[in-house]
Amino acid sequence: MNTEIVGVIGAGVIGGGVAQNLAQTGHQVVVVDLTEEILRCAETKIRHNVRLQRMLKKHEEEMDADAVLGRIRFTTEYALLREVDFVIENVVEKWEVKEQVYTRIDSLCPRDCVFASNTSAISITRIASLTNRAPQVIGIHFMNPVPLKNTAEVIRGQHTSLETIERTRALLERMKKKVILVNDSPGFVSNRVLMLTINEAILVVQDKVAGAEDVDLLFKSCFGHAMGPLETADLIGLDTILLTLEALCESWGEEKFGPAPLLREMVAAGLLGQKSGEGFYPY
Amino acid sequence: MARNEAKKRIRSFLSKYLRDKDFEDDRDLFSSGLLNSLFAMELVLFVEEDFGIVVENEDLDLTNFCSLDAISCFIERKKGEPSIVETKDDA
Repeated sequence: MNTEIVGVIGAGVIGGGVAQNLAQTGHQVVVVDLTEEILRCAETKIRHNVRLQRMLKKHEEEMDADAVLGRIRFTTEYALLREVDFVIENVVEKWEVKEQVYTRIDSLCPRDCVFASNTSAISITRIASLTNRAPQVIGIHFMNPVPLKNTAEVIRGQHTSLETIERTRALLERMKKKVILVNDSPGFVSNRVLMLTINEAILVVQDKVAGAEDVDLLFKSCFGHAMGPLETADLIGLDTILLTLEALCESWGEEKFGPAPLLREMVAAGLLGQKSGEGFYPY
Repeated sequence: MARNEAKKRIRSFLSKYLRDKDFEDDRDLFSSGLLNSLFAMELVLFVEEDFGIVVENEDLDLTNFCSLDAISCFIERKKGEPSIVETKDDA
């Protein structure tokens, strides 16, 4: 199955990373987002990231920024998704937004096009119910920074077909990623566990049990984690953490996933982590 | 002195991001842990914008940006000025 033209919806941190990774591994990519400004921003970020990778010699993929960007078409027109073989959706973690996007692309994209949702916590089966192609809907949970991570969590919805799983696996293998296949459940494996940890780590800081650096140091020194939970939160973006926790609350309840007040406060103050220049750490 | 002037500008740029602002000209900013290697791109963009240089693909090497000495030598090289001003190693 030829899945060389890939549509990427949403050009934020993760969507931009997905587009870059795809283009660096030889795919033609159509990136769709709401405004020209967001698209220009994603384009600049990709250029910088490819150059940075070249400088750090991180891996063997295409390292010429112009060649990489030459494979990506940035557009605000959903109509350009008419010719794609595979869609990777990375829009904001809000049900109303997903609802609009899937209804729209279901009527636009070719019948055999696969829809992969890069959601953090929303059920894939629920997303599939928005379309008339439930067997072709799957979840891919990419990790940030996408081009540098060698594994993705793939989520099989209730109706996802074997063919869709294989097409997804083939695409991810071309993107130089290993697949860990899990069953559908809100938050899947990674975010169901990770979000609890991050939220609790924020509560620990809020309760003045320890400062952010010491919390992270404990995880790095004692458990061999490459990054502590608060560094990870800053990398993901505190706004995304909050949205993910809220999505998890819908499924699992406030008691378990209720966002820490300090998290809400930091998001309200614009302290979003690396992307805003400050979160638990300055950048 | 062109190189000293360049170093002054680079140091002033870096000072905005560093807690330890008192570092030697030949100190490796990345291996010493002063800067995260992800910051390298910020340095490249600063050099391009502030010194009007185009950093080409082949210049995208961390050794060109790893210390104050290295960056100032790189700038001189790109601007076509010979690196003969000081005797210190050019990293």
